[in-house]
Amino acid sequence: MFDLVLEQAKQSGASKVSTINLVIGEMTGVVGDSVRFYLEILGKDSIAEGAAVNIKNIPAQARCHDCQKEFVIAEYQWICPACGSINLEITGGKELFIESIEVN
Amino acid sequence: MEIRVLKNILSANDQIADHNRQLLQENGIYTVNIMASPGAGKTSVIMETVKRLKDKVKIGVIEGDISSNIDAQTVGKTGIPVVQINTGGECHLDASMISSALKNMPLPEIKVLLIENVGNLVCPAEFALGENLKVLVTHTPEGDDKPYKYPLMFNTVDAIIINKIDLLPYVKFNIESFSQKVKSLNGKVKIFPLSCTTGDGIDVWIEWLTRQAISASGSG
Repeated sequence: MFDLVLEQAKQSGASKVSTINLVIGEMTGVVGDSVRFYLEILGKDSIAEGAAVNIKNIPAQARCHDCQKEFVIAEYQWICPACGSINLEITGGKELFIESIEVN
Repeated sequence: MEIRVLKNILSANDQIADHNRQLLQENGIYTVNIMASPGAGKTSVIMETVKRLKDKVKIGVIEGDISSNIDAQTVGKTGIPVVQINTGGECHLDASMISSALKNMPLPEIKVLLIENVGNLVCPAEFALGENLKVLVTHTPEGDDKPYKYPLMFNTVDAIIINKIDLLPYVKFNIESFSQKVKSLNGKVKIFPLSCTTGDGIDVWIEWLTRQAISASGSG
């Protein structure tokens, strides 16, 4: 992840990365505080030193194949709240990507 | 200035996994990534699978562990090629570890590659290795509540083996309730209840695995 940030910054000719915007889905099990901690350590003596890390957390979401309802999975209830079906398609919560970086 | 990136954080791993997949495909090898918590019976499932298939098809095994070569020694006794990866602390195998291991595997001699991942229900779900099939081994003493606790793993896999069904009278594991939970996370997954101790159910698993490998090779 850190290499991707540096690579993108370099490509744009930036001298400083001020912000890293990440998107992390709930199902990935990636912990935002740990990511911030690693980036702080990795960033030392690089153009990304001291960059702010914004994390957009995406909850687990699903669509019911039977009644087409789209909903957020609350409290690990993998059941359609409208019709009780378990015939679901997971539509969100598996994201893990860098959305953008802000550079000077 | 804001630069849109939209790059998957694991894209570096995915690229190496694609490279592995291509290399394996060129050699006509069907690859299975076997994941589980520690002690569920990954090695036992591999041993039983090798025992039943090794006279019909050439198999190779990659063993992944944090340390030791205990599993490689166990599987090596069957006389098939085995490569041990010691991750030295990492809790999962990644594509570059497999890429290195493949250099030590006699690829032209094998048709099926079984990869035993590190015992863990979290991180292995995230890292593609270049496999055709992802299999999860769960076991009855683990309890039937694991799908909701590790949803990504249960959502990611193609097949789930429920090992140690011989212990069902002694532990709290309801296959029906487990299957319902799995179905809500993954409608397509195949479930194989079996026991590596008694041999019950293993033939059904072997038959299905064989069919998958044959249809992938395009000869069936």
